[in-house]
Amino acid sequence: MLKDREEVLKAVSKPASLGPDLEIKDYIREAKAFYSCPVSSLPKEITDQSLKVGIRTDEKDRIGTYFQIDHSVVFQGFQKAFEGKIELMSTTEAIKKYDWLKDYWWNLIPANMDKYTALSELNWDHGYFIRVLENQKIMFPLQACLFISTNGLNQNVHNVVIMEPNSEAQIITGCTVHPNVQRGLHVGITEFYLKKGAKLTFTMIHNWAQNFDARPRTAVLVEDDATFVNNYICLKPVKSLQTYPVAYCKGSNSKARFNSIIFGVGNSNIDLGAKIVLQGPRSKGEVITHAIASDSSQIYSRGLLIGEHSDSKAHLECRGLLVSDRAFIHAIPELIGKVSGTELSHEAAVGKIAEEQIRYLMARGFSEAEARSLIVRGFMDVTIFGLPDALRDEVKRIVDGTAKGVL
Amino acid sequence: MSSLSVENLSVEVNGKRILDEVNLAIPKGEVHVLFGPNASGKTSLLMTILGFPNYKVVSGEIWFNGVSITNMSTDERVRLGIGVAFQNPPAIRGVKLADILHNFLKSEPEAKKKEIELCETLNFTKDFLSRDLNLCFSGGEVKRSELLQILAQKPSFVMLDEPDSGVDIENLGVIGKVINDFLKERSGLLITHLGYILRYVKADKAHVLIEGKVACSGKPIKILDQILKEGYGWCEKCLKIEKKC
Ligand SMILES: Nc1ncnc2c1ncn2[C@@H]1O[C@H](COP(=O)(O)OP(=O)(O)O)[C@@H](O)[C@H]1O
Ligand SMILES: [Mg+2]
Repeated sequence: MLKDREEVLKAVSKPASLGPDLEIKDYIREAKAFYSCPVSSLPKEITDQSLKVGIRTDEKDRIGTYFQIDHSVVFQGFQKAFEGKIELMSTTEAIKKYDWLKDYWWNLIPANMDKYTALSELNWDHGYFIRVLENQKIMFPLQACLFISTNGLNQNVHNVVIMEPNSEAQIITGCTVHPNVQRGLHVGITEFYLKKGAKLTFTMIHNWAQNFDARPRTAVLVEDDATFVNNYICLKPVKSLQTYPVAYCKGSNSKARFNSIIFGVGNSNIDLGAKIVLQGPRSKGEVITHAIASDSSQIYSRGLLIGEHSDSKAHLECRGLLVSDRAFIHAIPELIGKVSGTELSHEAAVGKIAEEQIRYLMARGFSEAEARSLIVRGFMDVTIFGLPDALRDEVKRIVDGTAKGVL
Repeated sequence: MSSLSVENLSVEVNGKRILDEVNLAIPKGEVHVLFGPNASGKTSLLMTILGFPNYKVVSGEIWFNGVSITNMSTDERVRLGIGVAFQNPPAIRGVKLADILHNFLKSEPEAKKKEIELCETLNFTKDFLSRDLNLCFSGGEVKRSELLQILAQKPSFVMLDEPDSGVDIENLGVIGKVINDFLKERSGLLITHLGYILRYVKADKAHVLIEGKVACSGKPIKILDQILKEGYGWCEKCLKIEKKC
């Protein structure tokens, strides 16, 4: 709506540079409307599914909630005590309310990047706008759920998160589907702005379906002394998932971290990357990916660190575990140093479970199957996320629950 | 009856003979020491008793409490009451010491309390339990963590592979005392290279393993004295004499 429409139209059939190319017309655009209601009154199939992606419909330990089903915003709100401290609403509403929001809209991600960005510009289905005001430190999480309840549906959300100077928050985003949904396409555009001294921990959990496709597009701007932590979990089947979020550490002493735990099941094709561009003095980055490939899944684990400032430092770690002979992991760590003085490093290891580890656990009384499962679950260790204790335990419970189902 | 006995045991790894006609019987309630130079097969004997599949039993039999365990899987043997403290345990990322303790203590009524007690016994703070297993543990931490697991398991027969190597004097004191207490009323096989642990632990009998063969057996202190005085050359001679007859 705000970008040169002609440029966007030109991109509607432009394949993404990575991931299988999808035929947009294979997905439907018609969804019945859902009327707004308290999240606690949503039907059980929906609340059960959302709980598995960290969305609590009882809103316990949550400051605010955004809940979207298909193309309808069913709930947006937060606790009264946070009036004047945070803002949370759909982006469709926010764009009407704030003229200045257009400066943040398609500002970090070009709308004509590929057919998916173009699609979400031309068929935009809301998304959330979260803004934490200056100096506000929100110690309990805000949650956002993007839910699909219509089989075959295409949902295109565009989210904007603005962290004003010296603000702090945790956001949990859960993307999932109704148990009846087998296929569909979710495109999620998310633009994050972290201003001076802001700190955001963003945890996203995906639970799709065996024939579902997802194409998130994420970019982050990190200003002076700000810290962005992105945690991503995807343990359930998906037909194809391709995403390559990027963080621009523009400010001095800016930091970005991407932590991911992914589990490839069935025929899943997962192409997950993370890119950090170090532009500011003393900027720092870290990418940690733990990928487990089972069945016939294919996982591409990419990482790209670009050092553009002479006083910058980043590390990339990719660990891949193959638990099936038909599965495949391709780790592609890349480092680009553009100036001397930038310090970039990477560590990548792909392999099967070491026999020696299985034997050790068997010598502790575990059966071979138990030992394997313990090692695989160890690979999904959520302590790599560095979350606050309560949230870490909650995420651990979710991961353990899901792991039990897939192992 | 023996707790553990090994009869005419010959073992190969990757087609290479590493144990040759080994005979050993450890009566219930006794602790035996296994001496031997590097690469003589001490650790291999332990792995074979545990049933690690790459240690192929070519001949012989292993008995535990009167039952042949030669063809059992490792976890079956362990569940019968065999415990082990490894010399060089592998690091396992993401698996916590707590995961292993929980498994051993799951039937205990006050597992949490027990866990804390065990940590105290071995000078660990509670957060050590959430460390990744053996990942970046110091030498002393490795040995104490191995013992911690055994204390939780409470096996009737325990094999300790060089619990005293690479350990400073302070850790040695802790380890020695814990092992000595634990071995009261239990049976064990204690591998030691330099015998430091014998200052703390009372052993009943010692055997010397040379090139995969038991070269001699006798009183632990006497054998240790000989080894310290003359080195293993003394045992090698001994083996040759035996061969001749
Ligand atoms: N898994 C293995 N693969 C190959 N060789 C082995 C293996 N385990 C032991 N060996 C060999 O068997 C011999 C005995 O080793 P080990 O039992 O570790 O001796 P010790 O514990 O007495 O130092 C050595 O020559 C060693 O290299
Ligand atoms: Mg050894």
